[in-house]
Amino acid sequence: MQLVGTQFTSESALAGNDIATVPDFPAEIRAPAGTLAGVSSFQVNISSSEIFTAGDEPNVLVAMNPAALKANIGDLSPNAVIIADRESFTDANLKRAGYTSNPLTDHSLDKFQVFEVDVTKLTTLALQGTGLSNRQVVRCRNMFVLGLISWLYQRPIESTVSWLESRFKKTPEVLDANIRALKAGYNYGETTELFASGYKVPPAKIAPGVYRNITGNSATAIGFTVAAQKAGRPLFLGSYPITPASDILHELSGYKNYNVYTFQAEDEIAGVCSAIGAAFGGAIAITTTSGPGVNLKAEAIGLAVKVELPLVITDVQRAGPSTGMPTKPEQADLLMALFGRHGEAPLPIIAASTPADCFECAYEAVRIAVKYMTPVILLTDGALANGAEPWLLPDLSKLPPIKVEFATNPDGFMPYARDEETLSRPWAVPGTPGLMHRVGGLTGEHLTGNVSYSPSNHEMMIRLRARKIAGIAREMKPLEIFGDQEGGDIVVLGWGSTFGPIREAVKQTRAAGKKVSHIHLRYLNPLPKDLGEKLRRFKKAMVAEMNLGQLLKLVRADYLIDAIGCNKVQGRPFKVSELVSRISRALED
Amino acid sequence: MATALTRKDFASDQEVRWCPGCGDYAILAAVQKAMPEFGIPPEKCVFISGIGCSSRFPYYMNTYGFHTIHGRAPAIASGLKISRPDLDVWVVTGDGDALSIGGNHLIHVLRRNVDLNILLFNNRIYGLTKGQYSPTSERGKITKSTPVGSIDFPFNPITVALGAHATFVARSIDVEQKHLGEMLKRAHAHRGASFLEILQNCNIFNDGAFNDLTDKAIKAEHQLVLEHGKPLIFGKNRDRGIRLNGLRPEVVTLGNGVTENDLLVHDETNLGLAFMLGNFEPPMPTPVGVFYCESRPAYDAEAAKQIEMVTAKQGKGDLNKLLRGGDTWTVN
Repeated sequence: MQLVGTQFTSESALAGNDIATVPDFPAEIRAPAGTLAGVSSFQVNISSSEIFTAGDEPNVLVAMNPAALKANIGDLSPNAVIIADRESFTDANLKRAGYTSNPLTDHSLDKFQVFEVDVTKLTTLALQGTGLSNRQVVRCRNMFVLGLISWLYQRPIESTVSWLESRFKKTPEVLDANIRALKAGYNYGETTELFASGYKVPPAKIAPGVYRNITGNSATAIGFTVAAQKAGRPLFLGSYPITPASDILHELSGYKNYNVYTFQAEDEIAGVCSAIGAAFGGAIAITTTSGPGVNLKAEAIGLAVKVELPLVITDVQRAGPSTGMPTKPEQADLLMALFGRHGEAPLPIIAASTPADCFECAYEAVRIAVKYMTPVILLTDGALANGAEPWLLPDLSKLPPIKVEFATNPDGFMPYARDEETLSRPWAVPGTPGLMHRVGGLTGEHLTGNVSYSPSNHEMMIRLRARKIAGIAREMKPLEIFGDQEGGDIVVLGWGSTFGPIREAVKQTRAAGKKVSHIHLRYLNPLPKDLGEKLRRFKKAMVAEMNLGQLLKLVRADYLIDAIGCNKVQGRPFKVSELVSRISRALED
Repeated sequence: MATALTRKDFASDQEVRWCPGCGDYAILAAVQKAMPEFGIPPEKCVFISGIGCSSRFPYYMNTYGFHTIHGRAPAIASGLKISRPDLDVWVVTGDGDALSIGGNHLIHVLRRNVDLNILLFNNRIYGLTKGQYSPTSERGKITKSTPVGSIDFPFNPITVALGAHATFVARSIDVEQKHLGEMLKRAHAHRGASFLEILQNCNIFNDGAFNDLTDKAIKAEHQLVLEHGKPLIFGKNRDRGIRLNGLRPEVVTLGNGVTENDLLVHDETNLGLAFMLGNFEPPMPTPVGVFYCESRPAYDAEAAKQIEMVTAKQGKGDLNKLLRGGDTWTVN
């Protein structure tokens, strides 16, 4: 189903629609088919106007079995279209999904428009004579369905055909079968008049330029690659596979001709440690993981803070604690990112707000790491990682420069001398004559870095590093307020992937005449200097986040603002409607 | 032409702070003596360590150095060597650092065969934390954390390394300066992960742990010096040797019809033999020297090769192409 969803998204993007997707799948690779736990779904929102989320209530549901129907029916809009594979509604499958009677016949679906299609039978008929086994034929069912919904939404299927051609280059019989099934589905929609009519979704009016469809993990991988190339250094990724971050490792493994080294380490700790070693040697060093991995990397990140080497740790957040729900998003790692190390170990934290924004944030994380000689944590999450949207390709010449200047002059060289403005230390890499020096986890003396137990030196070094990180706020642009610049009744503050639902909810409530605004943070540490002042312009501030109030705590602690929490931890993004009603309630209180 | 390097070129200005009498001094001296002979300038050398007494080592070398965190030196060194194959990278570690908290990294760096020189100082005790038993401490050992004797079965560093399919496995002893120097040379010359266990005396918490091997009066009866292609002979009078009885090794005395021709001949390329020798425990003599040496491509060289190969095939990466991966469309 993920494949059908991805291809339908691509077709829609090529048709010029604005798109937003939420793939949702079980952590198990082959979860028991037909059970609720095994349902793999892909929600896509296509629009002729600008959209920010994959939508609260789908208008069309394609259910390949009873479990898929049961798992998703609660979300559907009234009068939604349900396309169901009739043959899969067998007694056994109904029982497995927990149905006591068949919803296709017991009138429980009367408020929807139900279309029963014999997908398996029709696919089998279409593939007669191809000589494929039953098993192979059944595998083509998804292409039949893709063809059918492509017709329903008048999507051109040429791009899917060429995608199939490249995917099944080596197995022409499988290629032929998939194309046949795809076309059969499309033609079935056209000729059977099953649906009264198809939908037409004209292209959206969006900014001119060249676009592509991109997921957050792809954008992250490309952002790092571009950053390393701009810096003129090799990119080194040390990583251990973990859901939902592994795709970054996969993608970067294919970029070897961009001077990208990918090292699949023996564990999370070795992932970050190998990156620290590469940073010591002068590479743009990164590690990618999810929350459980950040736990394991904590000690090594502290080392990078202390020795002051550039490093980016990407945390593709997932629902925790512990193994939690690995494929579901959450934003509950913020306080860990800030405080999850022993000792005073501050570091910059950046959070991406949309799939495409992962590109800019990955790039920015590298820029800051190198400029300030510090590890940086980049927060994304499972929804961004696998969600997709159209990406207006950036003009590479307009990206801020990433300057790498290794120390070379032995005269008076001190490994912990500091730049007056940034307070960063020189990057002196092995191989440079005359600059031999030792770094390490033990407290080092100011300037020389030699081991020192001087109490006052220890405090000075802690304060210097804290000032260095706090100073990054200097270069941040003023925060944007979406809504009432001079203040209003309420401002919704968000960070990360809640951007879409918050922006949409604020737009809707504003359209209803309410004085609601939105501020969205990219920098979580240090926080922008103008945040407190801007929040105070509003009578109320509400912090919406997918945790129990982590940014809320920071806002209250840092600015003594009595902000309101709006929290959800269900492993699912906020629905726009949920936010709209929460905002309305807050306005009434 | 540059003047020849001397040991002074490799000594840093930092005061050495191990306990007086510690075996680490002898190892430091041997390394500082060996380094100039490799002809690699100090700026091309990097010493990376974890945590423990041995891990203070990098501070005393006038090279690049990184004193990292407990057990992780092999991982940090791997990242450095893979991205900078031009450097001469050394890992200095101890029995606790390498075999306890860092056991995972050690076995993986060995199987991957990253071109590193790994020196494991084995004193069979935790020194820096003041005297607890280590993963190489013998069973029954009385320490601060085992007042009625350790019930842990110890690791044998040599067979751990062999089990991880290390391509170079050797052992030497802190005070055997000549032998240690030779082993350092062999380890350095080997391309791939070189694993050198150095038996090291902790005169504070485990003094005399290797007396049998270092006491001049008796060491010849306990040390079995391995030399490739030579029969396994030991003893002050070089009159004892190792013979195979079926598949079991036994100690025999030369004479009375037993000749050198009856003895096992050491073969560094024989993994089975290396395992057998690695498992020698008293009353068998303790082997020192190169147990095993095999040529296998180093990970870092292979990684560089892949980058070259893909670049040659696809051309140098073009960022505009990268951005346009997949289908694109234009909005006017």
